[in-house]
Amino acid sequence: MDKQNLPIPLTKTPGAMPAWRSTVSALELHSVCAKIKDDGGRMVALWGTDERERGDGFAVHVALANQFGLICMKLSISESSPEYPSIDDLFPVASRMQRALYDLLGVRAQGASDQRPWLRHGAWPTEVFPLRKEVDVNADYPAGKDDYPYVQVTGSGVHEIAVGPVHAGIIEPGHFRFSVVGERVLRLEERLGFKHKGIEKLAEGMSISEAARLAGRVSGDSTVAYAWAYAMAVEGVAGFTPGLRSLMLRALMLERERIANHLGDLGYLGNDVALAFGFSQFWRLKEEWLRTQHDLFGHRYLMDCIIPGGVGCDLDAVGLSRLHAEADVVEQQVRNLQDIYHEHAGVQDRFLTTGRVSPSLAAQMGLAGLAGRASAQALDLRAQFPAAPYDQLEVNIVTQRNGDVAARVMVRFDEIYESLRLIRLILAKLPDGATMQELPPVPDNSFGIGWVEGWRGEVLIALHTGIGGAIHRLHPHDPSWQNWPLLEHAIIGNIVPDFPLINKSFNLSYSGQDL
Amino acid sequence: MYKILHQILRTGIQTETPPEANPDYRTLDAQHLHEKILNCLGRALVIRHVDAGSCNGCDLEIHALNTPQYNIEGLGIKFAASPRHADLLLVTGPVSRHMTEALKRTYDAMPEPKLVVAVGDCGCTGGIFGESYASCGRVANVIPVDVAVPGCPPTPTQLLQGILAAVRNT
Repeated sequence: MDKQNLPIPLTKTPGAMPAWRSTVSALELHSVCAKIKDDGGRMVALWGTDERERGDGFAVHVALANQFGLICMKLSISESSPEYPSIDDLFPVASRMQRALYDLLGVRAQGASDQRPWLRHGAWPTEVFPLRKEVDVNADYPAGKDDYPYVQVTGSGVHEIAVGPVHAGIIEPGHFRFSVVGERVLRLEERLGFKHKGIEKLAEGMSISEAARLAGRVSGDSTVAYAWAYAMAVEGVAGFTPGLRSLMLRALMLERERIANHLGDLGYLGNDVALAFGFSQFWRLKEEWLRTQHDLFGHRYLMDCIIPGGVGCDLDAVGLSRLHAEADVVEQQVRNLQDIYHEHAGVQDRFLTTGRVSPSLAAQMGLAGLAGRASAQALDLRAQFPAAPYDQLEVNIVTQRNGDVAARVMVRFDEIYESLRLIRLILAKLPDGATMQELPPVPDNSFGIGWVEGWRGEVLIALHTGIGGAIHRLHPHDPSWQNWPLLEHAIIGNIVPDFPLINKSFNLSYSGQDL
Repeated sequence: MYKILHQILRTGIQTETPPEANPDYRTLDAQHLHEKILNCLGRALVIRHVDAGSCNGCDLEIHALNTPQYNIEGLGIKFAASPRHADLLLVTGPVSRHMTEALKRTYDAMPEPKLVVAVGDCGCTGGIFGESYASCGRVANVIPVDVAVPGCPPTPTQLLQGILAAVRNT
């Protein structure tokens, strides 16, 4: 790839998405990251592997996206000195990923601005690193002391409000530490990792087919995106391309998942500004939507419908016309409700200018996905790197510039309409053919990438195969890693009672980032 | 305001459409279920939910209980923000080791008598995540459980059936 103009040799990674890999030195890692950043690229993910049984110490992997696709760099690190140069000076979003990498693999980012633990609270001792191969997944460590040093804000009249991990609603657990003066928030510090349940370590003991179920449960609300990304990674490694019918059905399910989540969020955003009417209306639509999925695909949230090799469900003529009719009804209903939200003075008063992330801050911090698009970041894998079947669908990227709650609401409305258009197009174009084909065995010691634009943002699956169809390492990356730090910025200067609304407007995954 | 009223009128009352597609659920249609719950409870059951490490799938189905179709508040059941106001604790997920302390404290904060319903395959058995260096597995490994509702995730109707089963035990 000469046009890439990068000073490192690149090898194309086989698979549906444009991705390259390269082995770099410690110096090159930082300088290539800097170059990609200067050229307008962004950071996607960072993870580590234990390569000692292959005679190669540890390795740190960094995935960046530029205008051509994904660049995956691998830096080998010796066991005796497990360190690598921090890149959080270039990409602030790297900070938490680097801290998590230390907690799990014991590989430290040299020069990082923050060396506190991230995913390790007290479940395992400081000298144990679960992703090292000698650590038993079932090890039972006595609960350790958890003494996390939060950043303290001092000054006249400043006090702290500590919230969580158990929140006052039906929400995932995490801790929020607000420093406030009166009602106004000076600073928010998040602490996550409460849900860490060892997903990456579990995957290492699984076969390729077993791990498909696990991938679909990294973040339940994005099960389709994860299952597709996982299947894409496996199929890439195996050198297999699924038939067009199964790919179309995958896209159909991905768009349906997007709409289901957007409907739910729009309902809760109404609820959070005291318009219970909005909750009832949107969740009524969502519930019908889920029932259709149960009837036609066998699962309300489409779990386990996408598997490596194709899809585990099919659509007949009756189902096809039901989906068509449903799309028309939902479009009409959502347009009515958008009118009502738009004209409701109380709703608009709460939505507008609340929780703002400016386009420049979004670009600097790497705000991803839906929230990024609401802050003028025109990034959407379905449009930028349209893998089949999106190459036939011409996805329109939805963007807003204001970066406030209102903008994130508008993006959700417009993405529902765009996804409904895509669903109609898919139903019209759906070709005949097999939905499931036998997958060739995956080669030993290979590397595959799955990269899918889920409803929240880009989901990445990095798959390192071991020997005889086993998994050496599986790393799922949720876009919430990118967006949680921006929530800390979005709340600054807002009042405490607006936090639930702002939080909901991002609706980030805890499970997806706690792993 | 006119548009809101118009939409409400056009929508009509949506409450009570039990999932008829699955005959296994036929044994309890919504009307029957409503009556039984009201018989047991008079008119109030207050639930506190704790997610102890789920993938968030089960939590989505608990949200769905609040839809007009299931109308759980119409049955006299509501979710509370504080465990001190709750009769029943609904727990989703395997219990991650990092959540054991918070779960135990929530349980301890509830007044007696108290009920616990473990939700989903993970809550019942640890599910796909099981017991590991990071997970304590099923909810019963951490606090006493009265009823366990399997499913990945269980449907809203199954959740209602589980809540009912817990209440009838007392």
